[in-house]
Amino acid sequence: MKILVTLKRVPDPEQKVKWKGNALDLSGTNWVPNQFDEYAVETALRLTENASAGNARDGEVVVATIGPKDVSQQLRSALAMGADRAILVDGSDDNLDAELVARAVVKLVEQEKPDLVLMGKLAADSEDNQVGQLVAGYLNWPQATFAAGIAVVDDGKALHVIREVDSGVEIKRVALPAVVTVDLRIIAPQAIKNGKTAATHAYADGPRYASLKGIMAAKKKPIAETTLAALVPGSALRVKTVAIEAPPSRKAGVKVGSVEELVQKLHNEAKVL
Amino acid sequence: METSGTVLLLVEHVGDHLRTASLPAITFGREAAARHGGGLILLLIGPGASAAAADAATYGAQVLTVEGPGLEHPLAETWAPIIARIAREQGASVVAATATSTGKDVLPRVAALLDAGMASDVTGIAGPRTFQRPMQAGNIIARIEVATAIVVASVRQTAFPPAHPVGAAGAITAVAAGPIDPRGAAFVSLSASDSARPELTDAKIIVSGGRGMREGKNFKILEELTDLLGGAIGASRAATDAGLVPSDWQVGQTGKVVAPELYIAVAISGAIQHLAGMKGSKVIVAINKDPEAPIFQVADYGLVTTWEVALPTLIAEVKKLKAAQL
Ligand SMILES: Cc1cc2nc3c(=O)[nH]c(=O)nc-3n(C[C@H](O)[C@H](O)[C@H](O)COP(=O)(O)OP(=O)(O)OC[C@H]3O[C@@H](n4cnc5c(N)ncnc54)[C@H](O)[C@@H]3O)c2cc1C
Ligand SMILES: Nc1ncnc2c1ncn2[C@@H]1O[C@H](COP(=O)(O)O)[C@@H](O)[C@H]1O
Repeated sequence: MKILVTLKRVPDPEQKVKWKGNALDLSGTNWVPNQFDEYAVETALRLTENASAGNARDGEVVVATIGPKDVSQQLRSALAMGADRAILVDGSDDNLDAELVARAVVKLVEQEKPDLVLMGKLAADSEDNQVGQLVAGYLNWPQATFAAGIAVVDDGKALHVIREVDSGVEIKRVALPAVVTVDLRIIAPQAIKNGKTAATHAYADGPRYASLKGIMAAKKKPIAETTLAALVPGSALRVKTVAIEAPPSRKAGVKVGSVEELVQKLHNEAKVL
Repeated sequence: METSGTVLLLVEHVGDHLRTASLPAITFGREAAARHGGGLILLLIGPGASAAAADAATYGAQVLTVEGPGLEHPLAETWAPIIARIAREQGASVVAATATSTGKDVLPRVAALLDAGMASDVTGIAGPRTFQRPMQAGNIIARIEVATAIVVASVRQTAFPPAHPVGAAGAITAVAAGPIDPRGAAFVSLSASDSARPELTDAKIIVSGGRGMREGKNFKILEELTDLLGGAIGASRAATDAGLVPSDWQVGQTGKVVAPELYIAVAISGAIQHLAGMKGSKVIVAINKDPEAPIFQVADYGLVTTWEVALPTLIAEVKKLKAAQL
């Protein structure tokens, strides 16, 4: 199976947001791979290896990003985890919208012809939750969003995707090629059944760390470069951020000394009991 | 493309009623329709759409229903083309729905088919094509402008009050589904979560437990408090990932976004991804043994102690209060 994985760099969610007047101050930002995309890389690796036979590779994983040249750092991390090669689409990361990203991904799909496009369900900075569905819509491919588990079925021609939906847990079948966006639970020890790794195999929880060997190997793996202008010529933003502000801050609360005091305050002061 | 100012709203139904999750989107739809100078259309798709149409019509809008084989389950592949086609037929200026799991799945695909820009998880309307929405786990409120003729928007359930029925009932029309092509997608199964408790997103009171509860069986004491208060029970990701409780209890950036009158966080540290899902609550109580836990920075009332010590007394005190209120 050939898999195209998208990866976006985002400001470290653990870092406090810094303001410069009415704008964000991104100097000193610690950029990290969007966590859901890291999970997508891990998912792609689990789908293309036989973990019961020394993690023998069985397929190809191509990681793509749209952003400034610096993102090659995050691409190298994905290569060190085990991805085979990477594509860097040079473009500023503050002048993108979901449509532009999706159009660029569609172009890469046309070039690479993957069986599967794996993406995070959401970018932790913009939180659009759109790009995967847009790509599927533009390509008219089936989509399975918010994947919590994947099983390869029909001799590799289709996937059963476990999705956590409001009404419960759904299983959706998608014939390949398809677009799948991954949710948190996808990195659980037994979330992926690729039909080759023994069904009983349990991975360590979470995305794998790069081994020293992996880091050395990543230095030799290719990162192809292209530009956003070359892939999606003459495109204008359709969704523009015109202003940003800090959310209203909550007024500082109080510490209470006892449960009795808490209940009394909830009853008499907050009037919620 | 010619647009008429019409707002087309996808609403969901359970049995012969609208899902409560859809009601805030109707409030959004009414305001968007006023801003665009057009009417509001509520669209129901799938089995039972016509049965729920009467309930939908009480909200005073025109109601369209689409039923037929192949539409039993909300597959984005089959639903999105129908929504896009009706949007074109009606000259819709805005296509929207609540950001439920269905809304989040289907709407961007509709945007792709309509070649429209989309605003996700909208929390406020600032103009016909300008909206407020949170970014970066709620650390930023952005004002975004959608430049396309048609605007697609998903609406954050907790940000708009649920709509109430109005006197006059709107007209109900059945619309043909047209050709259906699932594009190789198929529904396989659904294991429905059933709970006698109110849904997290509807509950007035929520009690949530975190990793500090240590074991699934320790949630019993939180459930006792929850049921005493008539609330819903939630959890942090650490608690759901560790398998202490079902994953649909998760509150946060990737779980449910809730805004109850009272949120009681027990043994939850208050990571930003958790805060993103509950910071909008009216009153927040935190019970945590660590006085430095970040949850105390957003809590209106903080109690520094273990749940083992606090919960039995809390349950007893609430019982006393309830008894006095009878
Ligand atoms: C991409 C991504 C998305 C995420 N989305 C979410 C999300 O949607 N929701 C979410 O919740 N998290 C989410 N997280 C995880 C989040 O970062 C935190 O890891 C998680 O919220 C921590 O859960 P916790 O507070 O229960 O556990 P911890 O951080 O381990 O805190 C446990 C707390 O319990 C207290 N405690 C321990 N014992 C006791 C006791 N006996 N009595 C009282 N207090 C006690 C401790 O002092 C501590 O504060 C996400 C993370 C990532 C990377
Ligand atoms: N600039 C980007 N480069 C690569 N992938 C991206 C980019 N922006 C978004 N994506 C992908 O699209 C997913 C959903 O993002 P979003 O719709 O913006 O929330 C992310 O998890 C990424 O996989």
